[in-house]
Amino acid sequence: MSTSSTLAIEASGLEKSFGTSRAVCGVDLAVRQGSVYGILGPNGAGKTTTIKILATLVRPDAGEARVLGHDVVREADAVRGAISLTGQLASVDEDLSGEENLILLGRLLGFSHKRAKARAAELLEAFGLVEAADRLVKGYSGGMRRRLDIAASIIVTPELLFLDEPTTGLDPRSRNQVWDIVRALAAGGTTILLSTQYLDEADQLADRIAVIDRGRVIAEGTPSQLKASVGSGALHVRLLDADRRADAAGILSRALAAEVHPEPDAAALSAPSADADRAAEAVGELSQSGIGIATFSLGQPTLDEVFLALTGHAAERNGTTDEETTQTERRAA
Amino acid sequence: MNTATPHVPAHPAADHAIRKALATGAPPARAGAPSTVLAFGWRGMLKIKHVPEQLIDVTLTPVLLVFLFTYMFGGAIAGSTGDYLQFLLPGMLVMSVLFSTVYSGVALNTDVTNGVVDRFRSLPIPRSSPLVGAVLGDSVRYLVGASVIVGLGLALGYRPEAGLPGVLAAVALVVAFAFGLSWLFAAVGLLMRTPRAVSAAGNMALFPLVFLSNVFVAPETLPGWLEAFVDVSPISHLTASTRALMDGTFPGLELGVSLGTAALLTAVFAPLTTYLYGRK
Repeated sequence: MSTSSTLAIEASGLEKSFGTSRAVCGVDLAVRQGSVYGILGPNGAGKTTTIKILATLVRPDAGEARVLGHDVVREADAVRGAISLTGQLASVDEDLSGEENLILLGRLLGFSHKRAKARAAELLEAFGLVEAADRLVKGYSGGMRRRLDIAASIIVTPELLFLDEPTTGLDPRSRNQVWDIVRALAAGGTTILLSTQYLDEADQLADRIAVIDRGRVIAEGTPSQLKASVGSGALHVRLLDADRRADAAGILSRALAAEVHPEPDAAALSAPSADADRAAEAVGELSQSGIGIATFSLGQPTLDEVFLALTGHAAERNGTTDEETTQTERRAA
Repeated sequence: MNTATPHVPAHPAADHAIRKALATGAPPARAGAPSTVLAFGWRGMLKIKHVPEQLIDVTLTPVLLVFLFTYMFGGAIAGSTGDYLQFLLPGMLVMSVLFSTVYSGVALNTDVTNGVVDRFRSLPIPRSSPLVGAVLGDSVRYLVGASVIVGLGLALGYRPEAGLPGVLAAVALVVAFAFGLSWLFAAVGLLMRTPRAVSAAGNMALFPLVFLSNVFVAPETLPGWLEAFVDVSPISHLTASTRALMDGTFPGLELGVSLGTAALLTAVFAPLTTYLYGRK
């Protein structure tokens, strides 16, 4: 498919256990340079451990991984020189101000204090943090902290950026800001590996997705391949007048060429539909036929549905590895 | 969460601003080991500036003990409060600085708990830089603690026989010992679960060791079995050396034992801490 020279990440058979819990059991990954790659899975699936192995923080028990052509164990230092990591817990120092965090990391990357300060000012400006620059990170909101965290990762533009659950715990507005940042970085040519619990997020950002469960990759492909393999989303419509449901069902079934299901609500019905344009036309036909619509929405398959379809069991929300569980608890604390 | 969210750019200008911030020209040459250590030392100073409580915690206890022992027990122990202060103060200098070494472990554990260690460990810098830099920052804390105790002593009437050179030599010795001990607590900091546990364990270990030494009383007054323990305690050797340096007598063997203990602690715990840090 692609030659090794164009791969930013090549991993095969990665395994890692912590005590008796097997966090990662045989993960293979191939990530093309310049792409955004999503690792999708519930808490405790092994996402963080996989990223930590690739970012040289954890040695794999078995398997091999090359990041930008360097072995993550034998050539860890060369890997570290080309990557940046934004950890699941925002990896910035809470007892320093935003500006001081960026200056510290700038100096550690080789800038003089003066140049590090100038670079920090550019990044604070670009990430909308100028007003908070002098405040201690302790007092930042989740979204500000995450923006600072990502800014810290691009002080020197990395060839590969790891983002571990960049939007977990953020409000929708902050999440959109992070999405904008990821898109801008990708457009700038940076390869990005991001992990997420949300199919929606992987769909929005990633060129390819690996679905991971209990330490294994259980599906891999483009977002549309993945959704197609799972079954499509559904169009949900609620009518103003429950008596017109039978008419509406006929129209939708013809327009979408699919079976229409009545819902428990007597005025609501739904039909599978993967294609947003087609769903919009179907809704248009309803109103042209004089059927009043109260609400409609086009739903994607949820992560739960993806898991159910791929594994036959529901996604376990509670972590199965000690490490990821403690991190979640800490974040909640 | 299940419904498709229409994407509305939060910052219309964000895309442009971020792309501009990405275009930075050639990356700098990698930082050398000394400059990364200095950067971490700078971080230590900033933390003292932003979290001065860390200084208050460790200096307040010795300050209170100086008052308590000098004015309540001094007369009973040494005949007069002035004579007792003359005996006690070098020991309080030791106690004040040694107690603040626990904070090295607390700070390291905090870094691990809140995730910033992951970022440091993913940088192309020597693995030991954050640790050595932290020790550098710690020395500022030790000097502040030492100055407070010596200043308080002088204000209450303590007069070092050996004058300023004696005091400086004593402070240098205590700080050198503290470097060794701080590596031990750094290792403890990487092995325990929470910063609070590190702090509790450190204080629980140090309190009895400081009281079961010659800091507060002359060991000859103790029962034989206790005197035997106190005589071999490294804190007794350190206190005896500190006292001798400030009194203007040569500490001799005591000095050798103190410096040897500090060297041994560093030789064992600096590599162990670096190893544990690399594995975290």
